[in-house]
Amino acid sequence: MRRVVTRADPLSFEQLVLPHLNSAHNLARWLVKDSTLAEDVTQEAALRALRYFPSYHGGNVRAWFMRIVRNVAYDFLASRSGNPETSFNEGGSGEEGPQALSVPAPDDDPEAALLHSEGVQLLDRALRALPAELRECLVLRELEGLSYKEMAEVMGVPIGTIMSRLWRARQALLGRSAEGMHS
Amino acid sequence: MNDDRCQEMHLLIQADLDGELDPAEAARVAEHLEHCAACASLQSEMLALSARLREELPYYAAPHTLHAAVRARIASEAQPEAQRGARRSWVDHLRRPRLAEFGYFGGGFALAACLAWLLVIPRAGDFPGAVVADHIRALQPGHIMDVASSDQHTVKPWFGGRLDFTPPVKDLKSQGFALAGARLDYLAGRPVAALVYQRRQHLIDLFIWPDQGSIGLRPADGHRRGYNFIHWSQGGMVFWAVSDLNAQELGEFVRLWQAG
Repeated sequence: MRRVVTRADPLSFEQLVLPHLNSAHNLARWLVKDSTLAEDVTQEAALRALRYFPSYHGGNVRAWFMRIVRNVAYDFLASRSGNPETSFNEGGSGEEGPQALSVPAPDDDPEAALLHSEGVQLLDRALRALPAELRECLVLRELEGLSYKEMAEVMGVPIGTIMSRLWRARQALLGRSAEGMHS
Repeated sequence: MNDDRCQEMHLLIQADLDGELDPAEAARVAEHLEHCAACASLQSEMLALSARLREELPYYAAPHTLHAAVRARIASEAQPEAQRGARRSWVDHLRRPRLAEFGYFGGGFALAACLAWLLVIPRAGDFPGAVVADHIRALQPGHIMDVASSDQHTVKPWFGGRLDFTPPVKDLKSQGFALAGARLDYLAGRPVAALVYQRRQHLIDLFIWPDQGSIGLRPADGHRRGYNFIHWSQGGMVFWAVSDLNAQELGEFVRLWQAG
Protein backbone atom coordinates (compact mmCIF):
# COMPACT_ATOMS: atom_id res chain seq x y z
CA MET A 1 0.00 0.00 0.00
CA ARG A 2 2.62 2.46 1.07
CA ARG A 3 4.77 1.55 -1.87
CA VAL A 4 1.90 2.28 -4.25
CA VAL A 5 1.12 5.61 -2.67
CA THR A 6 4.66 6.88 -2.44
CA ARG A 7 5.30 5.95 -6.05
CA ALA A 8 2.06 7.50 -7.18
CA ASP A 9 3.43 10.89 -8.20
CA PRO A 10 6.19 9.65 -10.49
CA LEU A 11 3.74 7.19 -12.03
CA SER A 12 1.23 9.92 -12.78
CA PHE A 13 4.00 12.04 -14.13
CA GLU A 14 5.18 9.25 -16.39
CA GLN A 15 1.69 8.61 -17.63
CA LEU A 16 0.78 12.23 -18.24
CA VAL A 17 3.98 13.94 -19.26
CA LEU A 18 6.31 11.39 -20.80
CA PRO A 19 4.01 10.59 -23.75
CA HIS A 20 4.89 14.10 -24.91
CA LEU A 21 8.63 13.56 -24.89
CA ASN A 22 8.76 13.38 -28.69
CA SER A 23 6.96 16.70 -29.00
CA ALA A 24 9.28 18.15 -26.39
CA HIS A 25 12.37 17.01 -28.23
CA ASN A 26 11.06 18.18 -31.59
CA LEU A 27 10.39 21.67 -30.25
CA ALA A 28 13.75 21.77 -28.46
CA ARG A 29 15.54 20.58 -31.59
CA TRP A 30 13.97 23.27 -33.76
CA LEU A 31 14.62 25.95 -31.17
CA VAL A 32 18.25 25.25 -30.34
CA LYS A 33 19.14 23.80 -33.76
CA ASP A 34 21.63 21.34 -32.34
CA SER A 35 21.03 17.66 -31.70
CA THR A 36 23.13 17.29 -28.53
CA LEU A 37 21.84 20.48 -27.02
CA ALA A 38 18.27 19.49 -27.86
CA GLU A 39 18.65 16.30 -25.85
CA ASP A 40 20.05 18.25 -22.91
CA VAL A 41 17.16 20.70 -23.09
CA THR A 42 14.61 17.89 -23.25
CA GLN A 43 16.14 16.11 -20.31
CA GLU A 44 16.41 19.25 -18.22
CA ALA A 45 12.81 20.15 -19.09
CA ALA A 46 11.59 16.71 -18.03
CA LEU A 47 13.34 17.10 -14.69
CA ARG A 48 11.97 20.59 -14.19
CA ALA A 49 8.51 19.33 -15.10
CA LEU A 50 8.88 16.59 -12.49
CA ARG A 51 9.75 19.21 -9.88
CA TYR A 52 6.86 21.48 -10.89
CA PHE A 53 4.45 18.60 -11.27
CA PRO A 54 2.90 19.02 -7.79
CA SER A 55 1.83 22.50 -8.88
CA TYR A 56 0.28 21.23 -12.11
CA HIS A 57 -3.45 21.62 -11.55
CA GLY A 58 -4.99 19.98 -14.56
CA GLY A 59 -5.49 21.54 -17.94
CA ASN A 60 -3.63 20.73 -21.09
CA VAL A 61 -0.61 18.77 -19.92
CA ARG A 62 1.12 18.88 -23.29
CA ALA A 63 0.94 22.69 -23.42
CA TRP A 64 2.10 22.82 -19.80
CA PHE A 65 5.11 20.61 -20.55
CA MET A 66 5.93 22.34 -23.84
CA ARG A 67 5.98 25.67 -22.03
CA ILE A 68 8.65 24.30 -19.72
CA VAL A 69 10.61 22.94 -22.69
CA ARG A 70 10.41 26.30 -24.37
CA ASN A 71 11.61 28.13 -21.27
CA VAL A 72 14.54 25.76 -20.82
CA ALA A 73 15.45 26.11 -24.49
CA TYR A 74 15.38 29.90 -24.27
CA ASP A 75 17.53 29.75 -21.13
CA PHE A 76 20.07 27.66 -23.01
CA LEU A 77 19.97 30.01 -25.97
CA ALA A 78 20.42 33.04 -23.74
CA SER A 79 23.37 31.55 -21.91
CA ARG A 80 24.87 30.57 -25.23
CA SER A 81 24.56 33.99 -26.79
CA GLY A 82 26.16 35.45 -23.67
CA ASN A 83 29.15 33.21 -24.21
CA PRO A 84 30.67 33.68 -27.65
CA GLU A 85 33.27 30.97 -27.05
CA THR A 86 30.79 28.14 -27.29
CA SER A 87 31.03 25.97 -30.35
CA PHE A 88 27.44 26.60 -31.37
CA ASN A 89 27.56 29.25 -33.99
CA GLU A 90 24.21 29.10 -35.66
CA GLY A 91 22.81 32.37 -34.49
CA GLY A 92 21.21 31.54 -31.18
CA SER A 93 17.98 33.29 -30.41
CA GLY A 94 19.61 36.46 -31.78
CA GLU A 95 16.62 38.05 -33.43
CA GLU A 96 18.59 41.23 -33.85
CA GLY A 97 21.85 39.53 -34.75
CA PRO A 98 23.00 39.41 -38.35
CA GLN A 99 22.86 35.59 -38.22
CA ALA A 100 19.10 35.61 -38.07
CA LEU A 101 18.94 37.34 -41.41
CA SER A 102 21.42 35.20 -43.29
CA VAL A 103 20.81 31.67 -44.43
CA PRO A 104 22.79 29.36 -42.16
CA ALA A 105 24.95 26.71 -43.72
CA PRO A 106 23.52 23.22 -43.51
CA ASP A 107 24.98 21.48 -40.48
CA ASP A 108 26.51 18.07 -40.73
CA ASP A 109 23.83 16.28 -38.75
CA PRO A 110 22.97 12.82 -39.92
CA GLU A 111 19.42 14.14 -40.24
CA ALA A 112 20.58 16.67 -42.78
CA ALA A 113 21.42 13.82 -45.12
CA LEU A 114 17.74 13.00 -45.22
CA LEU A 115 16.91 16.34 -46.72
CA HIS A 116 17.86 15.26 -50.19
CA SER A 117 15.75 17.46 -52.37
CA GLU A 118 16.92 20.98 -52.89
CA GLY A 119 13.47 22.42 -52.23
CA VAL A 120 13.31 20.66 -48.90
CA GLN A 121 16.70 22.04 -47.95
CA LEU A 122 15.65 25.55 -48.89
CA LEU A 123 12.53 25.25 -46.78
CA ASP A 124 14.49 23.79 -43.89
CA ARG A 125 17.05 26.56 -44.03
CA ALA A 126 14.44 29.26 -44.36
CA LEU A 127 12.68 28.00 -41.24
CA ARG A 128 15.94 27.73 -39.34
CA ALA A 129 16.84 31.27 -40.34
CA LEU A 130 13.63 32.69 -38.87
CA PRO A 131 13.81 34.37 -35.47
CA ALA A 132 13.14 31.77 -32.78
CA GLU A 133 9.81 33.35 -31.84
CA LEU A 134 8.50 32.98 -35.36
CA ARG A 135 10.09 29.59 -35.90
CA GLU A 136 8.49 28.11 -32.82
CA CYS A 137 5.07 29.27 -34.03
CA LEU A 138 5.37 27.22 -37.18
CA VAL A 139 6.80 24.22 -35.37
CA LEU A 140 4.00 24.24 -32.81
CA ARG A 141 1.29 24.79 -35.41
CA GLU A 142 2.42 22.76 -38.39
CA LEU A 143 4.53 20.01 -36.86
CA GLU A 144 2.83 19.62 -33.48
CA GLY A 145 -0.67 20.58 -34.55
CA LEU A 146 -1.32 22.81 -31.55
CA SER A 147 -4.33 25.11 -31.56
CA TYR A 148 -3.91 28.87 -31.16
CA LYS A 149 -5.09 28.53 -27.57
CA GLU A 150 -2.51 25.87 -26.80
CA MET A 151 0.19 27.91 -28.51
CA ALA A 152 -0.78 30.94 -26.44
CA GLU A 153 -0.39 28.78 -23.36
CA VAL A 154 3.02 27.49 -24.42
CA MET A 155 4.38 30.86 -25.43
CA GLY A 156 2.68 32.88 -22.71
CA VAL A 157 1.28 35.51 -25.08
CA PRO A 158 -2.27 36.42 -26.17
CA ILE A 159 -3.87 34.61 -29.11
CA GLY A 160 -3.71 37.81 -31.16
CA THR A 161 0.07 37.76 -30.86
CA ILE A 162 0.11 34.12 -31.96
CA MET A 163 -1.89 35.02 -35.04
CA SER A 164 0.34 37.90 -36.04
CA ARG A 165 3.55 35.94 -35.40
CA LEU A 166 2.26 33.03 -37.45
CA TRP A 167 1.35 35.44 -40.20
CA ARG A 168 4.79 37.03 -40.18
CA ALA A 169 6.47 33.64 -40.11
CA ARG A 170 4.47 32.38 -43.07
CA GLN A 171 4.91 35.51 -45.11
CA ALA A 172 8.64 35.39 -44.43
CA LEU A 173 8.81 31.81 -45.65
CA LEU A 174 6.67 32.50 -48.68
CA GLY A 175 9.07 35.25 -49.63
CA ARG A 176 12.23 33.54 -48.56
CA SER A 177 11.66 30.11 -49.99
CA ALA A 178 10.00 31.41 -53.11
CA GLU A 179 12.31 29.39 -55.36
CA GLY A 180 11.08 26.22 -53.81
CA MET A 181 7.45 27.15 -53.42
CA HIS A 182 6.21 27.13 -56.96
CA SER A 183 7.80 24.01 -58.27
CA MET B 1 -11.68 43.55 -53.78
CA ASN B 2 -10.97 46.59 -51.67
CA ASP B 3 -7.65 46.53 -49.87
CA ASP B 4 -8.87 47.30 -46.36
CA ARG B 5 -11.30 44.43 -46.57
CA CYS B 6 -8.49 42.14 -47.76
CA GLN B 7 -6.19 43.34 -45.00
CA GLU B 8 -8.86 42.49 -42.51
CA MET B 9 -9.38 39.13 -44.20
CA HIS B 10 -5.76 38.01 -44.03
CA LEU B 11 -5.76 36.78 -40.44
CA LEU B 12 -9.18 35.22 -41.00
CA ILE B 13 -7.93 33.34 -44.05
CA GLN B 14 -5.04 32.12 -41.98
CA ALA B 15 -7.29 31.17 -39.06
CA ASP B 16 -9.51 29.31 -41.51
CA LEU B 17 -6.69 27.17 -42.79
CA ASP B 18 -5.53 26.61 -39.24
CA GLY B 19 -9.00 25.25 -38.47
CA GLU B 20 -9.73 27.98 -35.95
CA LEU B 21 -12.94 29.40 -37.44
CA ASP B 22 -16.49 28.38 -36.76
CA PRO B 23 -18.56 27.49 -39.83
CA ALA B 24 -20.20 30.92 -40.06
CA GLU B 25 -16.85 32.74 -40.08
CA ALA B 26 -15.43 30.19 -42.47
CA ALA B 27 -18.35 30.78 -44.80
CA ARG B 28 -17.62 34.50 -44.70
CA VAL B 29 -14.02 33.81 -45.70
CA ALA B 30 -15.13 31.45 -48.46
CA GLU B 31 -17.47 34.11 -49.81
CA HIS B 32 -14.69 36.67 -49.87
CA LEU B 33 -12.36 34.23 -51.62
CA GLU B 34 -14.92 33.64 -54.32
CA HIS B 35 -14.80 37.27 -55.28
CA CYS B 36 -11.19 38.14 -54.57
CA ALA B 37 -8.56 36.51 -56.73
CA ALA B 38 -5.70 38.05 -54.74
CA CYS B 39 -6.88 36.59 -51.45
CA ALA B 40 -7.70 33.27 -53.09
CA SER B 41 -4.19 32.97 -54.43
CA LEU B 42 -2.80 34.01 -51.06
CA GLN B 43 -4.83 31.24 -49.48
CA SER B 44 -3.58 28.64 -51.91
CA GLU B 45 0.01 29.75 -51.37
CA MET B 46 -0.40 29.46 -47.64
CA LEU B 47 -2.06 26.06 -47.93
CA ALA B 48 0.78 24.84 -50.11
CA LEU B 49 3.32 26.17 -47.61
CA SER B 50 1.47 24.48 -44.79
CA ALA B 51 1.45 21.16 -46.61
CA ARG B 52 5.14 21.45 -47.42
CA LEU B 53 6.10 22.28 -43.83
CA ARG B 54 4.19 19.30 -42.54
CA GLU B 55 5.35 16.84 -45.16
CA GLU B 56 8.89 17.85 -45.93
CA LEU B 57 10.39 19.08 -42.71
CA PRO B 58 12.01 16.54 -40.41
CA TYR B 59 10.18 15.67 -37.23
CA TYR B 60 12.75 15.19 -34.51
CA ALA B 61 11.28 12.49 -32.31
CA ALA B 62 13.24 11.84 -29.13
CA PRO B 63 15.85 9.12 -29.70
CA HIS B 64 15.36 5.87 -27.78
CA THR B 65 18.43 6.63 -25.73
CA LEU B 66 16.87 9.90 -24.61
CA HIS B 67 13.60 8.19 -23.64
CA ALA B 68 15.63 5.74 -21.54
CA ALA B 69 17.80 8.44 -20.02
CA VAL B 70 14.83 10.56 -18.99
CA ARG B 71 13.06 7.59 -17.42
CA ALA B 72 16.21 6.67 -15.52
CA ARG B 73 16.65 10.23 -14.23
CA ILE B 74 13.04 10.42 -13.14
CA ALA B 75 13.27 7.09 -11.35
CA SER B 76 16.39 8.23 -9.48
CA GLU B 77 14.79 11.59 -8.59
CA ALA B 78 11.76 9.79 -7.20
CA GLN B 79 13.81 7.46 -5.00
CA PRO B 80 14.53 9.76 -2.00
CA GLU B 81 10.91 10.87 -2.07
CA ALA B 82 9.79 7.27 -1.68
CA GLN B 83 12.08 6.78 1.29
CA ARG B 84 10.79 9.90 3.02
CA GLY B 85 7.26 8.70 2.44
CA ALA B 86 8.07 5.38 4.04
CA ARG B 87 9.21 7.10 7.23
CA ARG B 88 6.30 9.49 7.54
CA SER B 89 3.11 7.55 7.25
CA TRP B 90 0.89 10.63 7.72
CA VAL B 91 2.08 11.73 4.31
CA ASP B 92 -0.06 8.93 2.94
CA HIS B 93 -3.15 10.60 4.25
CA LEU B 94 -2.18 13.85 2.67
CA ARG B 95 -1.46 12.16 -0.56
CA ARG B 96 -4.57 10.14 -1.03
CA PRO B 97 -6.77 13.10 -1.90
CA ARG B 98 -4.10 14.34 -4.25
CA LEU B 99 -4.18 11.02 -6.02
CA ALA B 100 -7.89 11.43 -6.52
CA GLU B 101 -7.21 14.92 -7.74
CA PHE B 102 -4.84 13.68 -10.39
CA GLY B 103 -7.38 11.13 -11.49
CA TYR B 104 -9.96 13.85 -11.70
CA PHE B 105 -7.77 16.14 -13.73
CA GLY B 106 -6.70 13.28 -15.92
CA GLY B 107 -10.35 12.60 -16.62
CA GLY B 108 -11.00 16.27 -17.18
CA PHE B 109 -8.18 16.36 -19.66
CA ALA B 110 -9.58 13.36 -21.51
CA LEU B 111 -13.00 14.99 -21.55
CA ALA B 112 -11.52 18.24 -22.84
CA ALA B 113 -9.74 16.29 -25.55
CA CYS B 114 -13.03 14.65 -26.55
CA LEU B 115 -14.81 17.99 -26.63
CA ALA B 116 -12.03 19.45 -28.71
CA TRP B 117 -12.39 16.52 -31.07
CA LEU B 118 -16.12 17.13 -31.37
CA LEU B 119 -16.19 20.89 -31.50
CA VAL B 120 -13.04 22.20 -33.01
CA ILE B 121 -12.86 22.54 -36.73
CA PRO B 122 -10.07 20.25 -37.90
CA ARG B 123 -6.53 21.54 -38.00
CA ALA B 124 -4.60 22.18 -41.16
CA GLY B 125 -2.62 19.04 -40.43
CA ASP B 126 -5.76 17.01 -40.73
CA PHE B 127 -6.68 16.99 -44.37
CA PRO B 128 -9.55 14.46 -44.03
CA GLY B 129 -10.91 16.69 -41.28
CA ALA B 130 -10.72 19.67 -43.62
CA VAL B 131 -12.65 17.81 -46.32
CA VAL B 132 -15.29 16.73 -43.81
CA ALA B 133 -15.51 20.30 -42.49
CA ASP B 134 -16.07 21.46 -46.04
CA HIS B 135 -18.85 18.93 -46.45
CA ILE B 136 -20.47 20.07 -43.20
CA ARG B 137 -20.19 23.69 -44.27
CA ALA B 138 -21.86 22.84 -47.56
CA LEU B 139 -24.75 21.22 -45.71
CA GLN B 140 -25.81 24.63 -44.42
CA PRO B 141 -29.00 25.81 -46.11
CA GLY B 142 -28.46 27.08 -49.60
CA HIS B 143 -24.84 25.92 -49.81
CA ILE B 144 -24.96 22.38 -51.01
CA MET B 145 -25.65 22.95 -54.69
CA ASP B 146 -24.92 25.61 -57.26
CA VAL B 147 -26.75 23.61 -59.90
CA ALA B 148 -29.56 21.25 -58.98
CA SER B 149 -29.93 18.63 -61.62
CA SER B 150 -30.16 14.89 -61.78
CA ASP B 151 -29.01 14.97 -65.39
CA GLN B 152 -25.31 14.34 -65.85
CA HIS B 153 -25.55 15.99 -69.25
CA THR B 154 -26.59 19.20 -67.52
CA VAL B 155 -24.08 18.97 -64.71
CA LYS B 156 -20.98 18.22 -66.74
CA PRO B 157 -21.25 21.20 -69.10
CA TRP B 158 -22.09 23.40 -66.14
CA PHE B 159 -18.54 22.91 -64.89
CA GLY B 160 -17.15 23.95 -68.27
CA GLY B 161 -15.68 27.45 -67.97
CA ARG B 162 -15.88 27.31 -64.19
CA LEU B 163 -12.97 24.93 -63.72
CA ASP B 164 -9.65 24.41 -65.47
CA PHE B 165 -10.38 20.69 -65.69
CA THR B 166 -13.35 18.56 -66.67
CA PRO B 167 -14.55 16.37 -63.84
CA PRO B 168 -16.14 13.06 -64.76
CA VAL B 169 -19.84 13.04 -63.93
CA LYS B 170 -21.89 9.90 -63.46
CA ASP B 171 -25.43 9.25 -62.37
CA LEU B 172 -25.86 6.12 -60.29
CA LYS B 173 -29.61 6.47 -59.86
CA SER B 174 -30.40 2.94 -60.99
CA GLN B 175 -28.04 1.65 -58.30
CA GLY B 176 -29.67 3.76 -55.62
CA PHE B 177 -27.37 6.79 -55.61
CA ALA B 178 -29.14 9.56 -57.48
CA LEU B 179 -27.18 12.52 -58.74
CA ALA B 180 -28.76 15.57 -57.15
CA GLY B 181 -26.56 18.39 -58.35
CA ALA B 182 -23.16 19.99 -58.13
CA ARG B 183 -21.26 23.01 -56.92
CA LEU B 184 -17.87 24.62 -57.04
CA ASP B 185 -15.77 24.38 -53.92
CA TYR B 186 -12.34 25.18 -52.58
CA LEU B 187 -10.10 22.45 -51.23
CA ALA B 188 -6.38 21.90 -51.05
CA GLY B 189 -5.95 25.47 -52.16
CA ARG B 190 -7.69 25.09 -55.48
CA PRO B 191 -11.17 25.15 -56.96
CA VAL B 192 -12.63 21.65 -57.04
CA ALA B 193 -15.78 20.05 -58.39
CA ALA B 194 -18.26 18.78 -55.84
CA LEU B 195 -20.92 16.37 -57.07
CA VAL B 196 -23.84 15.82 -54.76
CA TYR B 197 -25.56 12.45 -54.59
CA GLN B 198 -28.53 11.36 -52.58
CA ARG B 199 -29.14 8.04 -50.84
CA ARG B 200 -32.43 8.04 -48.96
CA GLN B 201 -32.17 11.12 -46.71
CA HIS B 202 -28.36 11.13 -46.85
CA LEU B 203 -26.28 13.39 -49.03
CA ILE B 204 -22.91 12.39 -50.40
CA ASP B 205 -20.36 14.97 -51.48
CA LEU B 206 -17.93 13.73 -54.10
CA PHE B 207 -15.03 16.15 -54.41
CA ILE B 208 -12.97 15.85 -57.57
CA TRP B 209 -9.80 17.60 -58.69
CA PRO B 210 -6.81 16.74 -60.87
CA ASP B 211 -4.27 14.49 -59.20
CA GLN B 212 -0.97 16.33 -59.22
CA GLY B 213 0.57 14.19 -56.55
CA SER B 214 1.21 17.35 -54.61
CA ILE B 215 -0.53 16.25 -51.45
CA GLY B 216 0.65 12.68 -51.61
CA LEU B 217 -2.72 11.12 -50.89
CA ARG B 218 -2.82 7.42 -50.39
CA PRO B 219 -6.08 5.52 -50.94
CA ALA B 220 -7.82 5.32 -47.62
CA ASP B 221 -11.04 5.66 -45.75
CA GLY B 222 -11.92 6.84 -42.30
CA HIS B 223 -14.27 9.03 -40.36
CA ARG B 224 -14.27 12.43 -38.71
CA ARG B 225 -16.92 13.96 -36.50
CA GLY B 226 -19.48 11.34 -37.42
CA TYR B 227 -18.91 11.56 -41.17
CA ASN B 228 -17.35 8.81 -43.24
CA PHE B 229 -14.97 9.48 -46.05
CA ILE B 230 -13.21 7.47 -48.73
CA HIS B 231 -10.64 8.85 -51.08
CA TRP B 232 -8.93 7.41 -54.09
CA SER B 233 -7.24 8.33 -57.37
CA GLN B 234 -8.55 7.32 -60.73
CA GLY B 235 -7.93 8.50 -64.27
CA GLY B 236 -5.66 11.33 -63.18
CA MET B 237 -8.19 12.70 -60.69
CA VAL B 238 -8.38 12.70 -56.90
CA PHE B 239 -11.76 11.72 -55.46
CA TRP B 240 -13.05 12.30 -51.94
CA ALA B 241 -16.47 10.95 -51.02
CA VAL B 242 -17.85 12.32 -47.74
CA SER B 243 -21.19 11.55 -46.13
CA ASP B 244 -23.06 10.75 -42.97
CA LEU B 245 -24.07 7.58 -44.78
CA ASN B 246 -22.75 4.42 -43.12
CA ALA B 247 -19.31 3.25 -44.20
CA GLN B 248 -20.61 0.15 -45.93
CA GLU B 249 -23.01 1.96 -48.25
CA LEU B 250 -20.49 4.70 -48.88
CA GLY B 251 -18.05 1.95 -49.86
CA GLU B 252 -20.66 0.55 -52.22
CA PHE B 253 -21.11 4.00 -53.74
CA VAL B 254 -17.37 4.25 -54.32
CA ARG B 255 -17.15 0.77 -55.87
CA LEU B 256 -20.02 1.60 -58.22
CA TRP B 257 -18.39 4.89 -59.11
CA GLN B 258 -15.03 3.27 -59.80
CA ALA B 259 -16.60 0.54 -61.91
CA GLY B 260 -19.24 2.60 -63.71
